[in-house]
Amino acid sequence: MTVQYLVNGLTMGLIYALIAVGYSLVFGILKMINMAHGAIYAVGAHMILMFVTWNLGTLPAVILSIVFTGGLLVVYDRSILATLRKKKAPGIAALVTTIGFSQILTNALQIIFGTEIKSFPALFGNKMIQIGNVKFQFSQVYILVVSVILLLGLTLLINKTKVGLAMRAVEQNSRAADLMGINAKGVISVTFFLSGMSAVIAALLLASYYQTVYPTMGAMIGLKGFSASVLGGIGSLFGAAIGGIILGLAESLTVAFLSGAYRDAVAFILLFIILIIRPNGLFGKAKISKV
Amino acid sequence: MLTIDSMNTYYGNIHALKGIDFDVNDGELVTLIGSNGAGKSTTLLTIAGVLKAASGSKIVFDGHDLTRMSAPQIVKMGVTLCPEGREVFPELSVEDNLRLGAYCRKDKKEIADSFDYVYDLFPRLVERKKQQAGTLSGGEQQMLAIGRALMNKPKLLMLDEPSMGLAPNLVLEIFSLIKEIHKQGTTILLVEQNANMALKIADRCYVLEVGTVKFHGDAKEMQNNDEVRKAYLGSK
Repeated sequence: MTVQYLVNGLTMGLIYALIAVGYSLVFGILKMINMAHGAIYAVGAHMILMFVTWNLGTLPAVILSIVFTGGLLVVYDRSILATLRKKKAPGIAALVTTIGFSQILTNALQIIFGTEIKSFPALFGNKMIQIGNVKFQFSQVYILVVSVILLLGLTLLINKTKVGLAMRAVEQNSRAADLMGINAKGVISVTFFLSGMSAVIAALLLASYYQTVYPTMGAMIGLKGFSASVLGGIGSLFGAAIGGIILGLAESLTVAFLSGAYRDAVAFILLFIILIIRPNGLFGKAKISKV
Repeated sequence: MLTIDSMNTYYGNIHALKGIDFDVNDGELVTLIGSNGAGKSTTLLTIAGVLKAASGSKIVFDGHDLTRMSAPQIVKMGVTLCPEGREVFPELSVEDNLRLGAYCRKDKKEIADSFDYVYDLFPRLVERKKQQAGTLSGGEQQMLAIGRALMNKPKLLMLDEPSMGLAPNLVLEIFSLIKEIHKQGTTILLVEQNANMALKIADRCYVLEVGTVKFHGDAKEMQNNDEVRKAYLGSK
């Protein structure tokens, strides 16, 4: 029975990890929390649903959703956030606009798609697999495989490619990055796009698992993903992934040994405990602020 | 190679550069000296496109107007600034820092040659290749910053206070390296507070004072100019 809960916890944890990575990417480069990330996740889910109902096929539907959702984030950054950065607005101003953007997105989804819970097709089938006592859905296998591939892919991108090196350079010293000839605007847009992409993939995986979508679906999972990224050490991709998995497992074990009612509370209590012990999160670095 | 004509730069309301004129010829080592706040760093930052020159300013490099270009475009033109305070990427390895210096270049073979050139010039960086730049000593960070700038294979290398905060023996080492880089054919525009040292290795010199060029001329003559000596070299 416990193994069953661990499997479920891991599945959920990987989804949290994908969301957490989205926060972490943006935070790493702009030192800003994108509070619209949960809403972006909901936008991604609705986009996929829309394109799937147009009978475009699953893969094209997902790719189009990534392009539109990622593009939406890039446009938002270029029009609003970039202007704030240019005017050297305090961080809090950017934070508030992301909260506003989140509300606007959720409202737009409500107006365009309606407020009700819509059913989402089981894109990966709903076959059950049984190994010994452990039963899981086939879509859980998808979650495991796709999210691990995506997390590894992002890690490789950031650590082994030229654009990844540019991202790390802008993150550490954007003025010096300018002097290297790095187009910081472009790098920031790539980062937002990747953040949007991870949200869309998370939405694809979880919506096919639960088979529902609705405009406010991103609110709680957005908070959980944010917590996971802080727990793991915001700014660190590896930390975000581990933070997500820990959160997922903790929730699942709470359901197993206490009660489903404590699920959300335990997740946040765990966050408090870890932050008290390691204020920068599990894999976060103590902040070096240089003048 | 570089011609600057009535360059004006403002920090908000503060008129930092008040119509500066100077030029740097191909193959020269030109130094800008002057006291704190004279506008030396501002001059370099404006040429590099980090600060915007006010309208009417002319900055022409190899026939191209730099005032219309962004900082990354100017780097691509072969004008590289090694900034004051070194500004290395602290959590990246020495190697990655150097690789970023060559960010605008495509040819793998030429980049590899530049790596060899820089490692040859600064053997100490070879030993520290994999080390995080933030863990290097001040002198090593300065070498890394100069090396990183050289990775762009600049036509014009601008150095902003390379000797700042270094121990006297390191200052000597850095200056002899600058001389070496110049001898090997790189045109250099050097900003220094250590005017004595700068004049020793420079061909020509411009003295800045509160945003304007006060004197200019041959570096050797400047060393003997009484007024300059009194104001900037410590008179004897």
